[in-house]
Amino acid sequence: MAFSAPSNLVAQTNGTSSGLKSEFVVKAGLAQNLKGGVIMDVINAEQARIAEEAGACAVMALERVPADIRRDGGVSRMSDPRMIKEIIAAVTIPVMAKVRIGHFVEAQILEHLNVDYIDESEVLTMADEQHHIDKSKFKVPFVCGAKNLGEALRRINEGAGMIRTKGEAGTGNVVEAVRHARQLMGEIRKVQAMAEEELYVYAKDIQAPFHLVKEVAKLGRLPVVNFAAGGVATPADAALMMQLGMDGVFVGSGIFKSGDPAKRARAIVQAVTHFQDASVLASVSEDLGEPMVGLGCDHLLDSERFANRGN
Amino acid sequence: MTTETKPLRIGVLALQGAFAEHQHVLARLPGVESTVQVRTAAAIEDPTLDALVLPGGESTTMALIAERSGLMDPLRAFVKSGKPVWGTCAGMILLSNTAHATKAGGQNLIGGLAVTVKRNAFGAQVDSFVADLSIPTLINPETPFPGVFIRAPIIESVDEKEVEVLARVPRKGEENSEGSIVAVRQGHILATAFHPELTEDDRFHRYFVDMAHQVIKQK
Repeated sequence: MAFSAPSNLVAQTNGTSSGLKSEFVVKAGLAQNLKGGVIMDVINAEQARIAEEAGACAVMALERVPADIRRDGGVSRMSDPRMIKEIIAAVTIPVMAKVRIGHFVEAQILEHLNVDYIDESEVLTMADEQHHIDKSKFKVPFVCGAKNLGEALRRINEGAGMIRTKGEAGTGNVVEAVRHARQLMGEIRKVQAMAEEELYVYAKDIQAPFHLVKEVAKLGRLPVVNFAAGGVATPADAALMMQLGMDGVFVGSGIFKSGDPAKRARAIVQAVTHFQDASVLASVSEDLGEPMVGLGCDHLLDSERFANRGN
Repeated sequence: MTTETKPLRIGVLALQGAFAEHQHVLARLPGVESTVQVRTAAAIEDPTLDALVLPGGESTTMALIAERSGLMDPLRAFVKSGKPVWGTCAGMILLSNTAHATKAGGQNLIGGLAVTVKRNAFGAQVDSFVADLSIPTLINPETPFPGVFIRAPIIESVDEKEVEVLARVPRKGEENSEGSIVAVRQGHILATAFHPELTEDDRFHRYFVDMAHQVIKQK
């Protein structure tokens, strides 16, 4: 299947996008409009309003933030439609919501609820350990997590209009998000230097479709928008991810598990816009109150790592 | 191509949204010297800045960041100065004098464009679409322009007679009516509800660059 990257993500003239499907233009295009913004996890309409007032470019509606999912254990599923509807009614910015990996019926339900973007998320318990959702069948766009280039391109091949690093959600520890961003950007630089015959081998090695590997080599970036996620807790964390080349930032537990959510949310929004300006970063980092309590990621068992879910 | 005035230095407001896409299109057009990301009052007040593009994104977000970064007044002064400005989608909302369907408590606007805008007029993301638009003012007007509408606003009413309507889009179920206004020009201000920067078709960007050269020449 031919794939055409969204227009003008990079400076070069694409010139080959005549066959670009209009459906994918609007899916990937919404993500293009979210760039440079912060998407915040919220569990009710009140938090959604706080996030909107803070300058979030979208909210992620879910019943429990990842830190609580981690603490509570058990099976974690799509949120109650009533809560999602209340959040959609409360704000004018886009509303995203999570489904379990492979649970295409949860996705059908969210699409029916007019959610603006679906996160097929490893933070929830997996519903299918082999198959991700065939996202190209849906009119609503999807964002998916990835630890590396192969995983990102498999998700794009399935129809994802946006990618985010997996990081390690609910830890307040940015180390895994950094690892995944470094891995992805490193692999992108590597394919840019490869000859075509090497690209064939590389595509096979990372189990990614050749045409997408080739597109990455041509563009010098993922062919869709790529956000950071999983462990961002401070304005400095957010700016770090931006300087590592991410297009924007998801903040999950980091805001509403902190001492002063509204202030921290505003500070992270400013930090993502002014990510290269240390004077702004210094001033917004001041006096933010208690951050969320962080978890060391090196003590997590493999079974406790959300990032290991889905591949 | 009117390049009688010197090549332009065009700013793109880079608080949030699809600003890089505008830069990528503008940078390859004749009559453009360079593009620059604008995030500070100093960058807006820079006298060498010839024109400004307000990109698509979330207008609520952009307005809040602009306020907190002290940019609202510099932006208003830029628009008032008569230098060429173009707003796409969220940028069009920010340029309008009145906006409906804004967040609870309303939204701060830059203003200057005498229209009333309705945010998010077509519905949720599943209602976003691409439509062929007939825009007589563009070059090769017989070729339709691909209008990319993403959670897009419309212009509900044009509130002064110097505002020229450039494009309309038919509304679902009302194919016989004139359709909603989705592109306008008021002197030095251009506004589109759709996203030319998300297409391969650069005719709207060329229109803006030509318009900017004319406006600057007449000043």
